[in-house]
Formats: sequence, C-alpha cells, structure tokens
Amino acid sequence: MSDVAIVGIGMHEFGRHDGISGMDQGVTAVRRALADCGQQWSDMEFAVGGSMDGGAADTMVSRIGLTGLPFTNVVNGCATGGTALAQAVNTIQSGAGDLGIAIGFDKHEKGAFRIKGPRGKDWYGGSGLALTTQFFGMKINRYMHQYGITQPTLAKVGAKAFRNGALNPMAWRRKPLSEEEVAESLMLSYPLTQYMFCSPGEGGVAMILCRADKAKQYTDRPIYLKAAAVRTRKFGSFEVLAPSIAIEHDPGPTSAASKAAFEMAGIGPEDVDVAQLQDTEAGAEVMHMAENGFCEHGEQEQMLANGETEINGRLPVNTDGGCLANGEPIGASGLRQVYENVLQLRGDAGERQVPNDPKVAYTHVYGAPGISGVTILSR
Amino acid sequence: MTTIVAVADGIFEIRDGKPVLLGTRCTNCGNHMFPRQTGCPRCLFNEQEDVELATAGTLWTWTVQAFPPKAPPYLGPVGDDFTPYGVGYVELPDQLRVEGRLTVADPEQLKIGMPMELVLEPLSLDEDGNQIVTYAFAPVDNGDQS
Repeated sequence: MSDVAIVGIGMHEFGRHDGISGMDQGVTAVRRALADCGQQWSDMEFAVGGSMDGGAADTMVSRIGLTGLPFTNVVNGCATGGTALAQAVNTIQSGAGDLGIAIGFDKHEKGAFRIKGPRGKDWYGGSGLALTTQFFGMKINRYMHQYGITQPTLAKVGAKAFRNGALNPMAWRRKPLSEEEVAESLMLSYPLTQYMFCSPGEGGVAMILCRADKAKQYTDRPIYLKAAAVRTRKFGSFEVLAPSIAIEHDPGPTSAASKAAFEMAGIGPEDVDVAQLQDTEAGAEVMHMAENGFCEHGEQEQMLANGETEINGRLPVNTDGGCLANGEPIGASGLRQVYENVLQLRGDAGERQVPNDPKVAYTHVYGAPGISGVTILSR
Repeated sequence: MTTIVAVADGIFEIRDGKPVLLGTRCTNCGNHMFPRQTGCPRCLFNEQEDVELATAGTLWTWTVQAFPPKAPPYLGPVGDDFTPYGVGYVELPDQLRVEGRLTVADPEQLKIGMPMELVLEPLSLDEDGNQIVTYAFAPVDNGDQS
C-alpha cells in the first residue's frame, strides 16, 4: 500500500469514569493526540470517528471546534476503531486529504452486553441465547477438545494480561492476579471464568495520520502503516450470535484479514516483533494466535508454557494487558491496540517496553457478527 | 390446564409435546438454514423451500450459562430463581448445526459427540397465564438408566 504515517496519538484512560461521558473521553483523546504532534484541530483536513454507545462522533466538533471539516461517522461493531483507521488511510491514499484524525470512544453499561433481537420478535434473547460470552465458551471448548489446549493455559493467558496491565498507567485493571486466582474465580461460561473474560468498559483513543512523505513535518518519530485490512465472515465460519452454522468449514474473518494484511505489507508472521490480538477472553487470544498465522493450531499450549508471548518472549502478545486488563469500549478498542504498538515502536512503552528495538507491530480485532480488522505498523 | 405457547411464531411447531424446528432448504444447492430466511448465503440463489429439520443429532460444542442473562430480553427466571442452563450446537446430520439450550447444565454430563434430541423447555408465564416455551436439546435416553 502507498505510504501513510501515524504522527500523533492520544488516549483517555480506560476503565470506569463516573460523570465523564464517552464523548468527553473521546475529546480528551483528540486533544492529547493533537498535543502529541504539536497540531491544532484547525489543521485537521478530515476526521473519521466511531462509537457504539457514546453518541455520534461528529457531534464532538461543537466542543473542539466548528472548523467545517468533513467528519465521517463509522459504526462497525468491535471493528469500529479499526474501520475508522482504515477509512482515514483510504482518505489519504485517495488524495482527498493529507492530514486527518481517526477517533474511537465508548461507554457501556455494566455487565455483559445487552443484545436485543430483530424487530420485536426476540425468541433468541428470550430463550437466553443472546450472550456473546456463550459463543466464546463454546468456541474455546470445541478448540480445546480438538487441539489439546488445557484450562491451565487459559489461566496463564489471564495472569499475563493482568501482569502486563499492572505496568500500564492507562489500563483499567492494574492488580496482578496469579494463575490460581484466574482459574479459581467464578465460572461464568464453561470453561471460562470471570477473570478470563474482559468487561465492557469506557475509554477513548485518537490518532493523527498523514501522507508518509510529509510525516517529518509533524514528528521526528513517524510510524508507518504497512497494512490495514477489514474482512467479514464467509459461509461456514463459526461466529458469535449465530442461531445456526453450516457443517461446511471456513477458517473465518480473522484468517482472511490476516492474510490480506500480510500480503499488503509484503511480510510474514515471522517478521512481527510484537502483536496485540483480540482477547475478549483468554481462549480468544489462544485461538487468534493460530488464526493470525503466528503458530499452528495446538502449538499455543507449549508456547504459553515456555513464556513465548511474555513481554520479553519470542512473540510478545497484548503487552498493554489487552482487553482483559483494559476492558472493551467497543469504539476505542481497536485503536487502543494501535496506540500501544506506536508506543512500542517508538520505544516509549516504559516498564512494559518490548526489548531489542521492535520494528514491526501487528494488531487484530474480532467481533460480532463475524468481523475482523488487522493492521501492521513499522518504524 | 395451562396452555403452552411458543416463544415466537415461525421458529418451531409443537407436535405431540415436542418441538419441530422450521428451516429452509435452498432449491439450488441444498443448503439448510435456520431460522427460515430468503436468500442462500452459500450459493446466493434466491429460491428456497420450507422444510422441517431433523429432531435429533450430536452435540458439536457446548457451554454452561452460569449467570442470569439481562432481562429484557431474557424471558426465563432471573435473580434468586435463576438456575444455570447448558447451551450448545447440535449437528443435525447432513443439514446444519443448530444452537439451543441444553436440558443439562452439569459439565460432567456433557460430552462433545453425544446424541441429543429436541424437547420443549419452559421459560415463564405470559400475562394470560400461558406457559411460554422454547426448544432445547436433551441427551438421548438410551434406556440404560434402570
């Protein structure tokens, strides 16, 4: 793909923030991103923003400046942030703008997502089937049966997330938990316990992008976007909130988005130095390691046992604590991953900095109703 | 006597006290769909016929819903009256895999590959005192529980 650079990043702390609206958190992220690259809102030639429960993103201009810029709202489930980024990239590549901003924020009610059925005929939710948590329990249960992944491995993923989250001042959950505490917490959706699941939460992220050949005007440390791909499900893939699935098998949108992104970037999984993978729950991180091409199905058991996905491991995964430690404000979550990777590539990740000067970083989001977004960044 | 009513029309019929799932079959490629829909996501053909799906199959995967779902939309008992229930996909041979509640919620009693059959599951009473039911899958009784 032709070159686009990320020159400024901003984030509002993830977590629970009583009295601060989702939109306020988006505005804070925008101001921090502008400050990061020394720009003004009036310098932005376009904006793309999204939120599921936080209101229409474009209405924030009444607070940050009525400059008349074109502002596109995007809503694309869990891939909302990733889609905002992809649209910003497309805008720059098309020549419609040289400098713009991608924004994601959200604020959800407490507890599992409330999913309403179509058009008032809600047999699905009425019957007790409209819970995303059930899908994740069923997908990893089948996967463990097929590929020999064990429950202690899921607990390892959880403990790693909270250990990394404790090193991240922007994270929601900053208390390390042992593998035993993760394994022995309340069973929510077998085989997944309370601390193996992320929670819907709050937060905001913004990033400023420009044509790569102009990046040095705004920062001395630009990060280049080598790929941004979004894919939806094909026939035969096993997806969240599906009353039925086909017997025919498709590997799903994550594999498709990953392949497309690697092709765009002209590199392979072996070239990636740090990865942020959708960890809606601990099993998702395990499955997504293979679906994104970083290992064969079943190898995760040994990789986790060897500590290969730790910050100082061969392939650090979810260095900021992932969704497990940060929670999942839908609109912001995908951009949170990119934010973390920019910090890692700049060498600004502090106590959780991946050693040995990482050069290539990978993000992956997955969500309902079967959508996945992948980005690849490099210095 | 309490009247039994289905949680919604068009999802299943009740026959001899058991549910029969209402599906669609693509007349071009034979793909089965549930619930009924127009348009085949497999071959993109737009002519389908209504069919009744198989009433038994094998358990493909499962979990246990251990906390009460939010109500609405959930119609079953919540709060102190909530009891955990199983959820799974049952593969109906040569048709498709259907998601549904399971009558068993004990992980020790659920095994991938076990034979399952359709039964009715009570949810709650409606405002007229009718018993609202949905469909569920129960382990097939092999008659060996003397």
